[in-house]
Amino acid sequence: MPTDVPALPTGSSAGLLESLAGFVTELRRAGIPVSLTENLDAVEALRHVPLDDRDAFKYALAATMVKNNAHWKTFETVFEVYFSLRGRQYRIGEGDGEGGEAEEMIADLLGSRQGEGQGGTEGLTHEQLAEMLFRALMDGNDAMLRAIARAAVTRYAGMEPGRPVGGTYYLYRTLRQLDLDSVLQRMMDQSKEHTPGGQTDLEERLAKEEYESRLDALRREIEAEIRRRLVADRGAEAVAKSVRKPLPEDIDFMHASREELAALRKAIAPLTRKLAVRLARKRRHGRKGPLDFRSTVRHSLSYGGVPADPKFRYPRPSKPEIMVIADISGSVAAFARFTLQMVYAISSQFSRVRSFVFIDGIDEVTDYFKGNEDISDAIHRINTEADVIWVDGHSDYGHAFEAFWERWGRDVNTKTTVLLLGDARNNYHAAQAWVLAEMAKKARHVYWLNPEPRSYWDTGDSIVGQYATHCDGAYECRNLKQLERFVEQLG
Amino acid sequence: MSDAAPSRFESPASVRDGLRSVSYLADEGIAGVVFLAERLGKPILVEGPAGTGKTQLAKSVAELTGARLIRLQCYEGLDESKALYEWNYKKQLLRIQAQRVGESQGGEGWADIEEDIFSEPFLLTRPLLEAIRADEPVVLLIDEVDRVEVETEALLLEILSDYQVSIPELGTVSANQIPLVFLTSNNTRELSEALKRRCLFLHIDYPDVEREKEIVLTRVPGISESLADQVVRIVRSIRSLELKKAPSVSETLDWARTLLLLGIESVDAETAKETLHILLKYQSDIEKAAKDLSSSTAGSR
Repeated sequence: MPTDVPALPTGSSAGLLESLAGFVTELRRAGIPVSLTENLDAVEALRHVPLDDRDAFKYALAATMVKNNAHWKTFETVFEVYFSLRGRQYRIGEGDGEGGEAEEMIADLLGSRQGEGQGGTEGLTHEQLAEMLFRALMDGNDAMLRAIARAAVTRYAGMEPGRPVGGTYYLYRTLRQLDLDSVLQRMMDQSKEHTPGGQTDLEERLAKEEYESRLDALRREIEAEIRRRLVADRGAEAVAKSVRKPLPEDIDFMHASREELAALRKAIAPLTRKLAVRLARKRRHGRKGPLDFRSTVRHSLSYGGVPADPKFRYPRPSKPEIMVIADISGSVAAFARFTLQMVYAISSQFSRVRSFVFIDGIDEVTDYFKGNEDISDAIHRINTEADVIWVDGHSDYGHAFEAFWERWGRDVNTKTTVLLLGDARNNYHAAQAWVLAEMAKKARHVYWLNPEPRSYWDTGDSIVGQYATHCDGAYECRNLKQLERFVEQLG
Repeated sequence: MSDAAPSRFESPASVRDGLRSVSYLADEGIAGVVFLAERLGKPILVEGPAGTGKTQLAKSVAELTGARLIRLQCYEGLDESKALYEWNYKKQLLRIQAQRVGESQGGEGWADIEEDIFSEPFLLTRPLLEAIRADEPVVLLIDEVDRVEVETEALLLEILSDYQVSIPELGTVSANQIPLVFLTSNNTRELSEALKRRCLFLHIDYPDVEREKEIVLTRVPGISESLADQVVRIVRSIRSLELKKAPSVSETLDWARTLLLLGIESVDAETAKETLHILLKYQSDIEKAAKDLSSSTAGSR
């Protein structure tokens, strides 16, 4: 238990203080840097917000402790885990307060038919619940959806106390029973019926998106409900541990799930923008050149002819030419994609970027990126059009390098920086490391970027060591953070 | 923060209602953070995509509280003399020259002059110092703080944490009142830890459909509810694409105004495509969105 949490003002429970301490510890574990002052600020902020106002409580914590938007999702998850049981409407069990209201509404809807239900949702049949869900979704009734989510979890998730199963298992069980795909279909049909004269494509599409976003909200609600129950069962700390996910910049390229890849794609755009700005500034402000006499004299006029403010010429160093040679076979494809994307996003910092991709054959793909602003288009063309298969479509670094040297070797010159991307898992083919030795002699720099953790290098069929001896450096690039650090020193 | 200063706001809800009265529609997050900033006497660092109303927030808060808005627009190369204060060299020179003339007739010594030329009449106040020295309530807006270099950020630190400015020749100038400070950032670079630590952080993202619709209804007088509804839903649909620059709230408003001017009551795919250039600023984005809008529902996923 960290000791840096000062006493809260009187009137707040010791329980809150304790969960706050646990909360901060968990944030730090998840990778969000919360400093001591920020922690103190948070406590100070809580003094000013009504503690039963959940939103205000949440934003007070967020504003004082989370200073990077990329960390917001992580914060939200941890918050849900630690404070999900707070606030009246979130209390588990037969609700009083707002939660009860929604349940009363359900009872109202059922009317006289369901006398013995006593306002609960226990007595509903599967069909009735489905019908209610459908109606609530059509009306966009949030309170109702929350109540239904709760009922659905009670009914379908089959949660048992103490059972060591993750939340996703329960989520899956609940969603399978609700069958949201056919609900969506039914909603679409209904909305079509209700529009006289039929819908245009655009209208249909907008309606669909609206319904999908409502379904997403329901899904989130169910997820939250399951999480709440898990917390009640196992305690916040255990649940926090099980739902902890890496921050976007820490996601491992090679083992990213589809969802994580999407998060990566989202994270990379602002990152490259920042990188480009930083590099451009570095170039302009890197060194001071010789005195600019004319400008100095001009500026001295405002000081009565005293050259108080000397001006300098800024040198413009020549930009490097980049050649990217990337392995795009299955396991490292994501890594190649993100590296290419990053290099092209800052291509204005280089005099020229040429890219080559290989599996066991090699092909130049520079043209795919030309006049094409959309990187995903280029990637798509690489995957479908590039001629990278020579024999069997298993990585053969040796052959690819040899072919590269034969066809494009003379283009490598003293201005060229070569980036080699891949895990160097060569399937026990010949290494042909002499190509890299030759390359290193002619090029300005040769770098190897490997998406595998350093401890795996040179194990099994990885021969990165044989290649690395000829390179100016071999870097581990498993996540955006490492990739960004490397690209920055390139410019 | 001293208890003597009267609170400008009662609760987050009152901030929200107040902002609504000056036609700025805030969500819980925005209202909550503004409320806290005022209570804790801390600056707010506002971040988010361009055109989501970051600068407008500061302006609206100033309007709401009846405070004077002092704005410091940041740019590369901004320095102390533009942000904090500067000595008025020309006036100082004149003073010294006048002194020389006086000396021949038997005037004061150098010590007097030195004391004199480094005093307030020779000081040019720049926005930050001005905000500190103001007697009336002030909202200080430091716009696009990410444009200054990391080293220049240090200039802001003293003022942000202690609301004071140290001028070597004069001493320390402390604030007469605690100004409400907003810093905005478009996130073109990571701000320093020291700066972030001193601020409350507020991320303003694109609003959800309901709030954006309300914004359109408030800001575009005369628009029908059904058109506003369609507009924001199409915008949401376009934002879900992978674009170079997603349409911002201000562009949504421009689009809504255009449609209104053209006398369009209901947007169909054709009209949307023809007026896309108001929402999107890159040719490749426009093409992509047009292609996507014309494709039928079946292919939209």
